Amino acid sequence: MSSQEAAKPRGSIGRALTITVNGRERTAAGPVPPWRSLLTALREDFGLPGAKNACEQGECGSCTVCLDGEPVCSCLVAAWQAEGREVRTVEGLGDADGALGAVQQAFVECGAVQCGFCTPGLIVAVDALVHSSPGRPPGAAEVREALAGNLCRCTGYEKIIEAVGRAAELVADQDTQHVATEGMSR
Amino acid sequence: MDMDMDFTAPTSWADALAAKAERPDSLPICGGTDVMVELNFDLRRPPALLDLSRIGELREWSRRGEGSGAAIRLGAAVPYARIIRELSGPAPALAQASRTIGSPQIRSRGSVGGNLGTASPAGDAHPVLLATDAVVEAESVRGRRAIPIREFFLGVKRNALEPDELIRAVAIPAAAGPQQFAKVGSRNAMVIAVCSFALALDPDRRRVGTGIGSAGPTPLAAPTAEAFLAGELDWPGLRLPEGAARRFGALVAAAARPIDDVRGTADYRRHALAVLAARTLSWCLADARTGPGGAGREEPVPA
Repeated sequence: MSSQEAAKPRGSIGRALTITVNGRERTAAGPVPPWRSLLTALREDFGLPGAKNACEQGECGSCTVCLDGEPVCSCLVAAWQAEGREVRTVEGLGDADGALGAVQQAFVECGAVQCGFCTPGLIVAVDALVHSSPGRPPGAAEVREALAGNLCRCTGYEKIIEAVGRAAELVADQDTQHVATEGMSR
Repeated sequence: MDMDMDFTAPTSWADALAAKAERPDSLPICGGTDVMVELNFDLRRPPALLDLSRIGELREWSRRGEGSGAAIRLGAAVPYARIIRELSGPAPALAQASRTIGSPQIRSRGSVGGNLGTASPAGDAHPVLLATDAVVEAESVRGRRAIPIREFFLGVKRNALEPDELIRAVAIPAAAGPQQFAKVGSRNAMVIAVCSFALALDPDRRRVGTGIGSAGPTPLAAPTAEAFLAGELDWPGLRLPEGAARRFGALVAAAARPIDDVRGTADYRRHALAVLAARTLSWCLADARTGPGGAGREEPVPA
């Protein structure tokens, strides 16, 4: 909850809010006030605590989600601006059966997680990056630029950057397998 | 009262103007990169938010006119990410400034219209708009008016908009010569400028345009420095006499009105502006010889 939210009266203020979250149209549990950020709404009203609340001013990227396919700081989007739009959070990046997604798998394999607080935002940003240019692994400068808005105070970033390369490989493998499977089913 | 705070999201420009006329105290929001910070920290409690993010035309740009009169009409909500991708040819300094803004997350949401609405002295687009003599297109239900950029900034976070007006677009003359932007900060991303500077040279009009950021109560132009450089440059070949670049830097520094604050001292800002002015000038002259991004780019300029 944001610093200002604690001071505000809770209860019936606001309206019902419907957003497509992780592929499913969902309505917030309670009325969402007009000043509430998408981040607070996801955490408090949609029960999705994956996006983390740290700086609340777009500096740290730990609240990164995809809005209509683009990585954004959910703390800087008014919840109502997302009405009727598509939001993807870190909770939506695993497989439906609970298995890890490619980027999550790469972070585990490379040891790119320490305290874990920045991890959900980074996973979303890296997922957007490795899917932005299918078949072409992003270059070193491109990776650093794409992740410039995600702060990590533990790792020193080297393992994270390693994980981006591994994620790109895993995504490319998945795509190849996908094409092969389609080929067999014809 | 907070409990009455309203949220309106018009889908047409006409509806947005009507909503702003009905509630002049409503705060426009689009990318949210400035407004949401103020709401999150409870620095501001506007009685209403006017969400402009569903108005498609604000996210469009077009080219107007031909030759030396050509201009880019940039919709107020075109995000910086698209300025970088689509406008680096006709608006090179604006694209360059856009690359220094925030992070990918910020650049996909933030826009020049929002920068102008906030009117921070540190807004990264402002020095470029000053250097290129941009014109702000403001509109209300009473009609449309063109505000020259040098009349737009009135004070710290104060602009020339009337309470019922919204920013619809900005007209930026298409680059007729080299343009450069440079910014001082503690890292490459997520930095509020310690100071910044933009320079635009127009050989057709023999005009020099400047813009200073984060070194005064408003973004500033440096008219004395502009007149000096326009007189010293050998147009259109853009040759410059020995020592003129240093003098230009000194005149830019003299036009600044910086203060000491958490990001830097007034003395440092003046010094850095003199360096940035001479440096961007050397880049512009190198661009004129070799084309943008040419070999002359790394030429050191003594501080």
